[in-house]
Amino acid sequence: MGMTITQKILAAHAGRKFVEPGELILATVDMVLGNDITAPVAIEEFEKAGATKVFDNEKIALVPDHFTPCKDIKSAQLCKRVREFAKKHNIKNYFEIGEMGVEHALLPEKGLVGPGDVVIGADSHTCTYGALGAFATGVGSTDMAAAMYMGKTWFKVPETIKVVYNGKRQPWVCAKDLILYTIGNIGVDGALYKSLEFTGDTLKDLTVDERLTITNMAVEAGAKNGIMVADEKVVEYVRRRGKKEVRVYKSDDDACYEKILEYDVEAIQPQVALPHLPENSVAVDEVSGIQIDQVVIGSCTNGRFVDMKQAAEVLKGKKAHPYVRLIIIPATQEVYKRCVKEGLMDIFLEANAVVSTPTCGPCLGGHMGILAEGEKAVATTNRNFVGRMGHPKSEVYLASPAVAAASAVTGKITHPREVV
Amino acid sequence: MEFRGRAFKYGDNIDTDVIIPARYLNTHKPEELARHCLEDLDPTFVTRVKKGDIIVGGRNFGCGSSREHAPLAIKGVGVSCVIAESFARIFYRNAINIGLPIIESSEASRQIDDGDELLVLPEEGLIKNLTKNEEYRGQNFPDFIKEIIDAGGLMQYAIRQA
Repeated sequence: MGMTITQKILAAHAGRKFVEPGELILATVDMVLGNDITAPVAIEEFEKAGATKVFDNEKIALVPDHFTPCKDIKSAQLCKRVREFAKKHNIKNYFEIGEMGVEHALLPEKGLVGPGDVVIGADSHTCTYGALGAFATGVGSTDMAAAMYMGKTWFKVPETIKVVYNGKRQPWVCAKDLILYTIGNIGVDGALYKSLEFTGDTLKDLTVDERLTITNMAVEAGAKNGIMVADEKVVEYVRRRGKKEVRVYKSDDDACYEKILEYDVEAIQPQVALPHLPENSVAVDEVSGIQIDQVVIGSCTNGRFVDMKQAAEVLKGKKAHPYVRLIIIPATQEVYKRCVKEGLMDIFLEANAVVSTPTCGPCLGGHMGILAEGEKAVATTNRNFVGRMGHPKSEVYLASPAVAAASAVTGKITHPREVV
Repeated sequence: MEFRGRAFKYGDNIDTDVIIPARYLNTHKPEELARHCLEDLDPTFVTRVKKGDIIVGGRNFGCGSSREHAPLAIKGVGVSCVIAESFARIFYRNAINIGLPIIESSEASRQIDDGDELLVLPEEGLIKNLTKNEEYRGQNFPDFIKEIIDAGGLMQYAIRQA
């Protein structure tokens, strides 16, 4: 019997020729990631257990991105802990603000993750790197601590669900809409413990940045990882960023899938996921007109340059509605600089947007745009749980950068064609 | 080992944001986190819960963010174990890694009502509902996970392996 990409990568990292779904394996890791919330807990566990040395100072990434620039004294203490650990162990991939970006936008950009890698991160959206052909999955802080010490971690080899996207996208349909539609279809536990393997003609037309949006949200369907074949676009993308080891895997023709889901992309409209679950996705036209108070464009889901461009295309020559706070957060310093160089920043500032330095900030209700009781936001982020962006009685509507930008202009949920 | 306590019953997809909102993640001290456990879902939970009580969820308990602060908050507030029809995978790993007992049982998740008195024998995967005089079976952990638990947590297991 053949293997899926996920099985192949896990087998290679467990020193095995074949692994099957359900098996527990100990696998080597190529990169271990933590942020300012999760790494301090990992560091404490690491030191408490008496560990003194990390397995490889080049295979650990520490990215203080959630509450940075530090929002209060307690978060400053957490960042200090991470910084001191990085210095002590000479961690090569520690990124201070100014170079820092939202971790899952930053690591691909820096060429630190790529095809064939096993990556674990103490952050649920670590699954993002699957678009580069890596097996990447989120874990907790103790898992991070053990992997920083051993260079290995345990996995249960997952079954795989194949998701096939065929057909051409309608105007204004973004990668975000494909994944929101899919989560709406299978539910927030539709892929629980499983791998989501994305494939189909539609993906070929997407840029690597857009594909990262799709795998980023695999966890919102409960998946262990999301993955795609690394095609020539991906190989070029990672090589250009200095990634040396590139191992491209493809699923065998006789690989076993738990199920295959096929979507006709032409039938998919721009989506909005209603409060309070990402599975509550509907076509934007079904809910247009809902009044909003804030728009957030950014995050590890939609804070890359392509997302900034989509937002700028809608915002060009327009202003945010007088009662809407428009917050735009380029996900990395590189994206930020490119927004300045290529004139997007002018468009945003002319639209009365607030443009923030990279941070996860409002996505998790950390800082930089917290909602008051009863307020509603359209956000390009990934979760709309109760209290996610602020008050437990506030509401988050998830959407693409184009829908978010259009909604900022009108002050209500709006299809981009109504504005452009 | 056995746990005896009152059931606090909640629904499907209890996410880690409602278990411990991100506004409190600037600390990871269990006693501080415990004060805000489940605050956005059930603000009275922390005032009603007693040491040894048991949280019962539906499907996909602990979905969302990977924050280990979520099982830390639950453990910190004195909850002895969590029973659910299914757990989100990162929460499942985290609970094992920090030593918060969890049991998957769809029968228990369906039958138990809020306030029922429960007696749980985690090693046997057995849940007794003393209020309803019923018994439910939970799934046993694979041997490998038992080894982690026996070692006293994942980090201790890692140290032994090296």
